[in-house]
Amino acid sequence: MTDKFARALGWTSLALGAAQLAAPRAVTRLCGVDDAPGATTVARLVGGRELLHAALLLGAKNPARWAWTRVAGDTMDLGVLGKAAANRTGSRRIRVLAALGAVAGITALDVACARGGTAKAKGPLQVRASITINKPREEVYRFWRDLENLPSFMVHLDSVRAIDQRRSRWKAKGPIADLEWEAEIIDERAGDLIAWRSVPGTGVSTAGLVGFTDGPGGRGTVVDVSLEYGAPGRKLAAAVARMFGEHPEQQVRDDLRRFKQVMETGEVVRSEGSPEGHRALRQLHQRPAQPIGGRA
Amino acid sequence: MKANVWMGRNHLEIQDVPDPQILNARDAIVRVTSTAICGSDLHLVDGYIPTVKKGDVLGHEFMGEVVEVGSGVRDLHVGDRVVVPFPIACGACFACEEGLYSVCENSNPNAGIAEKLMGHAPAGIFGYSHMLGGFPGGQAEYVRVPFADVGPIKVEDDLPDEKVLFLSDIFPTGFMGAEMCDIKPGQTIAIWGAGPVGQFAAASAFLLGADRVIVIDRFPYRLRRVQRTGAEVLNYEEVNVLDALRDMTGGRGPDACIDAVGMEAHHPTPAMYAYDRAKQAARLETERPYVLREAIMACRNGGVVSVIGVYGGFVDKFPMGTVMNRSLTIRTGQCHVQRYTEPLLQRIRRGEIDPSFVISHRMPLSKAPHGFELFKNKQDECNKVVLTP
Ligand SMILES: NC(=O)c1ccc[n+]([C@@H]2O[C@H](COP(=O)([O-])OP(=O)(O)OC[C@H]3O[C@@H](n4cnc5c(N)ncnc54)[C@H](O)[C@@H]3O)[C@@H](O)[C@H]2O)c1
Ligand SMILES: [Zn+2]
Ligand SMILES: [Zn+2]
Repeated sequence: MTDKFARALGWTSLALGAAQLAAPRAVTRLCGVDDAPGATTVARLVGGRELLHAALLLGAKNPARWAWTRVAGDTMDLGVLGKAAANRTGSRRIRVLAALGAVAGITALDVACARGGTAKAKGPLQVRASITINKPREEVYRFWRDLENLPSFMVHLDSVRAIDQRRSRWKAKGPIADLEWEAEIIDERAGDLIAWRSVPGTGVSTAGLVGFTDGPGGRGTVVDVSLEYGAPGRKLAAAVARMFGEHPEQQVRDDLRRFKQVMETGEVVRSEGSPEGHRALRQLHQRPAQPIGGRA
Repeated sequence: MKANVWMGRNHLEIQDVPDPQILNARDAIVRVTSTAICGSDLHLVDGYIPTVKKGDVLGHEFMGEVVEVGSGVRDLHVGDRVVVPFPIACGACFACEEGLYSVCENSNPNAGIAEKLMGHAPAGIFGYSHMLGGFPGGQAEYVRVPFADVGPIKVEDDLPDEKVLFLSDIFPTGFMGAEMCDIKPGQTIAIWGAGPVGQFAAASAFLLGADRVIVIDRFPYRLRRVQRTGAEVLNYEEVNVLDALRDMTGGRGPDACIDAVGMEAHHPTPAMYAYDRAKQAARLETERPYVLREAIMACRNGGVVSVIGVYGGFVDKFPMGTVMNRSLTIRTGQCHVQRYTEPLLQRIRRGEIDPSFVISHRMPLSKAPHGFELFKNKQDECNKVVLTP
């Protein structure tokens, strides 16, 4: 069902993309942004992106997952149109707002489809990611096992405090309010895996498993992470997080990239365009690549 | 400080921007003494590399003096004179250990963007779009250099800037282009593009033992320059390149072909040029791939096509059939500069080559936009511009 829905979205992408490439001016006029310099170029780029979505959605085995690519695209468009609306008046503004409304509607559909694809029949939200780190397994395992290290690469965590060998207290920045919960390690095999879950009734329902295996040819360590979220409040929280371009899968992948940087280079790598290091939100809203300033 | 800032397609401005500061413990701040304009910068200025943003500081070929180091830098000290490779590399990941510095797995904080466009992410590069990291470039008075004890190479004062500056990019790039050809004695190498990169590729092909080098371009002043390396030349506006190469190689074709032109190639047939130009303008393809197509067609059976000209996205009408049926090998990459700096510095010291032969213009940094004009439009016999802050 969800996959059928996804294929329909794929055909929509194909039609939209073709229109934007063939008649970018008409599209920018319709959206009220034809006065912006480079608007047709953007329209063509967006058109190209739509064709990519179409290829993914129409070509994939389980296309619903790929609806996330559309959600990411929608988020980008919402940002662009939001900015455009703020800068315009009169009938142009009305056209921009109408386009904004339409995209918001489409976004809702895409999110529904993608979540259907990710959650597969309303189960808990599961995400998985993996990365290879050029350090011995023992060392990688030990760093992760000291849970207080986690916030150094998981940017959404404020802090983790160990209560004893098994239990720990986690604090996170939520999209609306800050979250706090207690977690316990439910399984651990030194150098191989760590599994944890939130203690029932402590605010958030989440569980995680991280596995460590030797890399191919004995080089480095493959780190595999699976996370599961099941809190009643997570629907809203996750939806909002996604609206801001932080799809959970992307979040975990960025966390792992930072983990790799910390293990291999000592810290999270920063650029002037992305001063916090990898972050989906920042990737959509880059600072210019020029020095940051502020220090006298 | 003053810096050359991208303000839109074909719009550069010298602006006052904040001085850089240390962001990571392994950073250094370098006071730039010399910097250059590269053919790769032209792709940015012309708007063909995605994710460049208004306000970005350009420039990836630079050298200077270390004026500040972060707490994690061990092998570099204030006062050291350094040349800085254009790809940023951590020195510790799998790619770096393999010598594949331009695809370092840790130096691109925007790997997420690059991954969406390219499948996996390459390394960060100074002043070269947000997809490649969002790092400010070196056409400025000061630059922050990440992983300062990995990339930068220390150079004694006895060698002037102009002899070592191009270790930052185009000398290693030309050298890698030739190295990828696996040159054996007696071989003939054809090179498209007599720009500075093509000139270094020609010089390097001879250093690596090529018997003959044939360089193709249309600007007589550039062809004359490259002749000084000992290369033969072809003007593609005067001859049919494929026929000429066939005739010059006993009907077999060059043993290896180097594309030192990249995505903004020009085509002598107006109709063909108009076709790809229009598609590129409409962003239906991102490249004008004539040189790549021609190099593939020209190469002898079983030969190597070495691509150092930069491509950004998708190529149309790619002659895969000839690559496959004629057993060609394509090798390519942004240059793994860190691999070459030390050995090439030695070659400069031994007097095997003086890289300053490519320089045609010297001007202050404040004239950078003018320098870009000259270099882009090949005016005033412009070959390579060096800027001094
Ligand atoms: N791989 C790397 O790491 C790396 C590093 C530096 C530069 N580059 C790339 O190398 C290329 C050349 O750089 P450059 O600084 O010499 O630039 P340039 O603009 O000075 O030179 C390009 C030359 O190609 C010639 N040309 C154009 N169309 C041609 C055609 N159809 N046949 C033959 N010649 C043709 C032009 O006339 C020009 O002389 C660029 O694409 C640049 O981005 C790659
Ligand atoms: Zn360059
Ligand atoms: Zn690396």
